[in-house]
Amino acid sequence: MKNFAMLLDRLTYTPSRLGKLTLMRHYFQNTPDPERGYGLAALTDGLAVSFPVRRVITELAAGRFDPELFRLSRDYVGDTAETLALIWPTAAAPDPPLLSDVVQTLATLPKAKYAEALAGWLNRLDAVGRWALLKFLGGALRVGVSARLAKTALAEAFGREVEEIEEKWHGQTPPYAELFDWLEGRRDHLPVSEAPVFKPIMLSVPLEAADFDTLVLDDFSYEWKWDGIRVQMAGGRGDTRIFSRGAEDITASFPDLAHAFPHHATVDGELLVLRQGHVAPFADLQQRLNRKAPSTAMMQKYPAHLRLYDALDIEGEDLRALPLVARRDRLEDWFARVRPRHCDLSPVLTFASKEELRATWQATRDEGIEGLMLKRKDSPYLAGRPKGHWFKWKRAALTADCVLVYAQRGSGKRSSFYSDFTFACWQGEGEGRHLVPVGKAYSGFTDAELLRLDKFVRAHTIERFGPVRSVEPKLVLEVAFDGIQTSSRHKSGIAMRFPRIARIRWDKPAAEADTVETLRRMISS
Amino acid sequence: MAKPVAAWLKPLPQGLYCVPGDFFIDPAQPVSRAVITHAHSDHARSGHGAALATADTLAIMRLRLGEGAPRSPQPLPYRQPLTVGDVTLTLVPAGHLLGSAQVVMEYQGQRAVVSGDYKRAADPTCDSFEVARCTVFVTEATFGLPVFTHPAPEQEIAKLLASLADFPERTHQIGVYGLGKCQRLIALLRQAGYDRPVWLHGALRSVTDYYIGRGIDLGPVPSVADSRENLAGEIVLCPPSALGDRWSRRFADPLIGFASGWMRVRGRARQRGVELPLIISDHADWPELLQTITDTGASDIWVTHGREEALVHAATSMGLAARALNLVGLEDEGE
Repeated sequence: MKNFAMLLDRLTYTPSRLGKLTLMRHYFQNTPDPERGYGLAALTDGLAVSFPVRRVITELAAGRFDPELFRLSRDYVGDTAETLALIWPTAAAPDPPLLSDVVQTLATLPKAKYAEALAGWLNRLDAVGRWALLKFLGGALRVGVSARLAKTALAEAFGREVEEIEEKWHGQTPPYAELFDWLEGRRDHLPVSEAPVFKPIMLSVPLEAADFDTLVLDDFSYEWKWDGIRVQMAGGRGDTRIFSRGAEDITASFPDLAHAFPHHATVDGELLVLRQGHVAPFADLQQRLNRKAPSTAMMQKYPAHLRLYDALDIEGEDLRALPLVARRDRLEDWFARVRPRHCDLSPVLTFASKEELRATWQATRDEGIEGLMLKRKDSPYLAGRPKGHWFKWKRAALTADCVLVYAQRGSGKRSSFYSDFTFACWQGEGEGRHLVPVGKAYSGFTDAELLRLDKFVRAHTIERFGPVRSVEPKLVLEVAFDGIQTSSRHKSGIAMRFPRIARIRWDKPAAEADTVETLRRMISS
Repeated sequence: MAKPVAAWLKPLPQGLYCVPGDFFIDPAQPVSRAVITHAHSDHARSGHGAALATADTLAIMRLRLGEGAPRSPQPLPYRQPLTVGDVTLTLVPAGHLLGSAQVVMEYQGQRAVVSGDYKRAADPTCDSFEVARCTVFVTEATFGLPVFTHPAPEQEIAKLLASLADFPERTHQIGVYGLGKCQRLIALLRQAGYDRPVWLHGALRSVTDYYIGRGIDLGPVPSVADSRENLAGEIVLCPPSALGDRWSRRFADPLIGFASGWMRVRGRARQRGVELPLIISDHADWPELLQTITDTGASDIWVTHGREEALVHAATSMGLAARALNLVGLEDEGE
């Protein structure tokens, strides 16, 4: 429990991905079996711990601590479990239980013994250990580590590829003794599991002007670039999983889709919210992404849909070595045969000339379409982001000239910089003309520009509110964004999609920045 | 019948006032006659006329206050009784930092002790706290909640050294209070066998040099300003206000730490954007506060500053008379 507690403690305070990987790597390298295996299980949500932490805490606290002192402490700390962890006395020589002991005891613990068992463990731990135990028993660790990140650390710790671990993952169970044997070379083979697993996906690169110039029209196949999220749906042997492009298992958020897919295949496509055949705004999809167990009402209001464009394997046959056009044929055959529910095929587009291709790219502003995809007809399905195979050609971004009004300090490497910028546009006429914040951006500038922006913020501060400064409305930022929608959550009534700073207009007077009305007119365009 | 202590030791707007000695203890405003428990700025204000304190406290006040130091300093060694007016006054080590003292006052056979800030845990940079028996004990309560039990400082130092091993490519920039915490942290690092230089922000220089001049061995403590390197893998100490300041940009991907008793509460650490919280405090934790109240044998507990509500409640539960003084001007945020 000691290493595990220290790991969780350090992870909660470590913001960077690299830092988290380092801490987990060292944990896997320096913790004996089976402890690290249970730690790995906890980090990957592999242990179904269900312990009524809140109820048992209340029960334990009631008998042991002065209620007034506990209340004052709770008010100060702000969290009951943390309060209990801190207020519980530490033995002169703590003798922490093993994580494996805790897990094994929990498996057979009768409900009537919960309080007694927890008190026994708390007595043997120090404050960090008690906090970690309560976090562990609570089910969700919330230390900013995804299952994928934990597996990546595991791979790095033993010089493997994370994909190798993914392929073997589903056949293994906590505490993953065989997996560690294999990782440390005590075992040559691990069976590749039959259960659906994530397979590395193929990514595209942005199309540059030079790429377009040399492009041979007939070498490529063309599709719309849909405004959803890229997913891989893998079904077979009675189970279906949906993975994000980052290999996160998001099946729980889309049970409607997963349950409707009893097929033995791994397909690649765009996850969308679709109503009467129309792609709903991205914000609707976001509603679904944020929910782990969506209600029926939720699923009816935001129906999930998968628009397919590729297949990695069908009925046990790996198609990844085939050229794109051959895979597409197999996909269409299979689709016609099995008619998967809540799925359709992303149409293949044809163009008579490169001029027509360009004209289509320029003209398209339909809801749900972000641009065009250009895929080489002869490309096999390759892991990662291979050059020269798939191109994404995002429709040109929208831009607006906005005025910098607030700046906030960044975090991590940027903690000494004002690097998060809130910008505003004009509203009203004459005397009543005023600036209304319309968005926030923290990217798009170079390090040198950031240094200059930071200087500007410090020199033109009006007021400080903790990490935020209000800034004299003097500097115009040309903001680029992928889309704009009405929003009842924002004062301006609009919300930008992925705003970033395209240019800093040191030259332009703030009075000449755009109006909120101009932005509103972009909504329907 | 002797007068009750409350008749001659009074909380006034300027601070705690001893009537028969005609002096204030740690007054918040300039006064003509002050007794100073220790040199932290919320206790040792500028502009006093005469000020009685330990020689170390007075010397550090001169370093930090310059012109604002007391015009007429009166050093008094520990444990040496002095008659001031009708009161016998003794300074006794408080264990808070170099020169820190409790003020023991005897008048008409009654004894009152003003603790100032104190801790019971060992500190290689100052004299240890000594118990002074009394009727009225005036105590701080900075960490006056049962959630505050400071872990052994060695454990926190081990955490810092482990982080250096985990992240040898990053500068470990640790925020410390400039007087006391800074020097204690260095001494703890030396005790743990860390013999690399500990780099200092300019604001920490004069007091640290004073400690060294007083014979406290802190090993190499160069100034950051004297280096042109990015100090990757090194420990840099600075005042909390310099954390995440422009000054820190020169370092290698700085990993921000903070050494303070407040770091025990996660929300407090996160609020400050701290990546490496070190729970090291120069104040008594909850068990020490209760232990000290018992040890003094006092029947009457006055609480000056901190989380006084909980401590008053606990002392009352112990069968003692207890009240909060609500003195102005004493802070607990600096620690």
